Amino acid sequence: MELILAALVGLLVAAGAYLMMSGYLVRFLFGLVLLSNAANLAIFAAGRLTYAAPPLIPEGALAPGGPVGNALPQALILTAIVIGFGLFAFALALSFRAYNALGTAEMNAMRHAEPVPAPTPTAAAETERPA
Amino acid sequence: MMLAAAILIPMATAVLCLMLRRRAAVARLVSLAGAVALLIASVLLLVTVLQGGPVAAQMGGWPAPFGITLVADLLSAAMVLITGIVAVAVAVYGLADVTRNEERRGHHTLTQALLAGVCGAFLTGDMFNLYVWFEVMLIASFGLLVIGGGKAQIDGAVKYVGLNLIATLAFLTGVGLLYGATGTLNMADLHGIVPGRQDEVAILGAAALLLFAFGAKAAMFPVFFWLPAAYHTPSVTTSALFAALLTKVGVYALLRVFTLVFDAGHPSIQAVLLVGACLTMAVGVLGAAAQNGIRRILSFHIISQIGYMVVGLAIYTPLAIVGGIFYLFHHIVVKANLFLIGGLIARRTGSEDLDRIGGLWAARPWLGVLFLIPALSLAGIPPLSGFWAKLLIVQASLEAELYIVAAVALVVGLLTIFSMSKIWLEAFWKEAPAGTPAATGTVPALGAAATAALLTPALALAAITVVIGLMPGPFFDAAQVAADHLVTPDAYVRAVLGGASP
Amino acid sequence: MNSLILTTATRALAPLLLVFSVYILLRGHNEPGGGFIGGLVAATAFALLEKAEGVARARRLLRLRPLTVAALGLGAALLAGLWGAVAKGHVLAGVWPLIEKTADGGKSGLPVGSVLLFDVGVYLVVVGAVCGVLFALEEAATALECEPDEGGAGRGGGAPKTIDQTMDRTIDRTVDGGDR
Repeated sequence: MELILAALVGLLVAAGAYLMMSGYLVRFLFGLVLLSNAANLAIFAAGRLTYAAPPLIPEGALAPGGPVGNALPQALILTAIVIGFGLFAFALALSFRAYNALGTAEMNAMRHAEPVPAPTPTAAAETERPA
Repeated sequence: MMLAAAILIPMATAVLCLMLRRRAAVARLVSLAGAVALLIASVLLLVTVLQGGPVAAQMGGWPAPFGITLVADLLSAAMVLITGIVAVAVAVYGLADVTRNEERRGHHTLTQALLAGVCGAFLTGDMFNLYVWFEVMLIASFGLLVIGGGKAQIDGAVKYVGLNLIATLAFLTGVGLLYGATGTLNMADLHGIVPGRQDEVAILGAAALLLFAFGAKAAMFPVFFWLPAAYHTPSVTTSALFAALLTKVGVYALLRVFTLVFDAGHPSIQAVLLVGACLTMAVGVLGAAAQNGIRRILSFHIISQIGYMVVGLAIYTPLAIVGGIFYLFHHIVVKANLFLIGGLIARRTGSEDLDRIGGLWAARPWLGVLFLIPALSLAGIPPLSGFWAKLLIVQASLEAELYIVAAVALVVGLLTIFSMSKIWLEAFWKEAPAGTPAATGTVPALGAAATAALLTPALALAAITVVIGLMPGPFFDAAQVAADHLVTPDAYVRAVLGGASP
Repeated sequence: MNSLILTTATRALAPLLLVFSVYILLRGHNEPGGGFIGGLVAATAFALLEKAEGVARARRLLRLRPLTVAALGLGAALLAGLWGAVAKGHVLAGVWPLIEKTADGGKSGLPVGSVLLFDVGVYLVVVGAVCGVLFALEEAATALECEPDEGGAGRGGGAPKTIDQTMDRTIDRTVDGGDR
């Protein structure tokens, strides 16, 4: 089971990295999602995979009855998923906005913050937008 | 209680500012009051740590290593103090710099949330909790970056968000691997487990991932390019806050994790750190030489200066770590000040592009003096603070017989003078180019209150620089104690695992 | 959206979802559930309302501005943390003022205390944040549909400017809570 998960993590990272290499914002974001799932699966596998009951303590008892799964990785992953979800939602909204404002979703064409140096310094100054 | 205060105060201020977001005038003052309260709390925390050594607090009363621990040794406490100083400086400067529109869109809330994240990262004693605070800081900084809504800001934010998210995922995976290999994420607990097992694949892999993640957050070579793409785009207030704190949290994390948990003296880790730090110094300063906007030059200099701090860790002798910590403190003050003064120059001349400004020395000689203090300190001219910081680093590298490192540090210092004198020549000595607002006198004038708000923080930070420069003794001693806490963290571990709580 | 089936179903479903969300919130103390998931269920109710009856009505039914709800939630969570600090000396420590130890060593009373306050805070943050995002997106989409002048959703020319302005207006509306 660990082997399958490890292979899956590798596959997700490879696919994510491949998508990120493409210069398009949306593919980059999809790559990011794959990477974040790979990270979560890695944490899950790191917490040991066992056949066990959910880590719930029955009413009146002080400790769980039998062997239970490791709850900590699940808590970590849940936190990471929530944070990752928030960040991804922000990144999606940002890229939508970037597409509308800059008129392109291709990374190489996004040069507003760092304009390509023009032949004369004064021409470069024209394109720069000081805040 | 005192430990949590440094996180709870900015958080509570953020909530208040969110409630008051339609009353900008009140929210502004609440934000300033929150920053002042943070400064007071951080002074109290520093005094406690100076008197009694590291302190720890267990959240929810769960004993370490099972619960989340907040812990402050001298390094953490000093970092929180300097965060408080920067917070107040930036809040005052923001009174006259942040636009009404940015305020309505949550500038104050996001700034305070960022401060909470930064303080949390400095104070936590738990790897996963460190990740969470990094995220709090990161998402607040995303918001601050884009609230202006300009094209350059959105473009810069895309690159900033992209690379930082990759670093975040590396961080998360590293934490996962570390947990899998050791079964704990409490840093003090890890200190008892990891050092003997550094050569295990899982642990070395976790170290590599964390090194990449913190390196990217600290803007080290080769993962620095998000910084010059983004830092010059938001308002001056925001970029000064970023320049002072964001990358330094990455450096702090490197210092903390690679002394307490991993051992930076491990040959493969040390090699990566040394080469990375030297390239960071060189690439940053060369990048700055090619730039023409004040804030863009300064952004590249952040990268180069980060190299000096990391080199302190990479040499890994006690003196070098003292140098790295001293550099960290000095640089936060100087860099925040340079950004604030860069903003002042832009206000006085109507642009921050060096080709479009000039003649400032004739018009505003006091601004020139004010600029020279942090600029010369950055370059390492005695007797300013940067001189002592560089001296420590160079001395430590010579003692460790790393002559190439010493040479790089000295040459990069020279090139820094070149960059600073470029700003000086273009902005102050050169005549204002014909047809620009600076030459035609069409720059909008500043009111007396606005001038005071913009000038006071710059003056105060310059005063700190001069004081550190003239009296480096106490600061050097403090850096030494902080370095001792890092290298021999017995008191730290006892404070966390011994169950003692203030 | 204008669907009789959806509108009618929503009238029955939305209150049910809201009650259910509170049930999940309270259940979270000892069993799966809690503030986060409860908040999501409550946000689903408002999402349904917004789809069936429009953003304006959903905003009215929420009464407070979404961001204010989130701020209140964050405040509640902070207070819960402080309560623990004041009562037990540890930030975020659980305080149960209504629980007493019985003679035989067990505990009796109502489990209402700082932990529940924290959960309620999480609940409000989730409701506020999700509703804020949903309403803003819906308003942006509606505004874009209503203002297809200057070449629709295309890029280049004057169109992006219009979209930019629409977005700016949506952001401002989210901050200020809509035209009421």
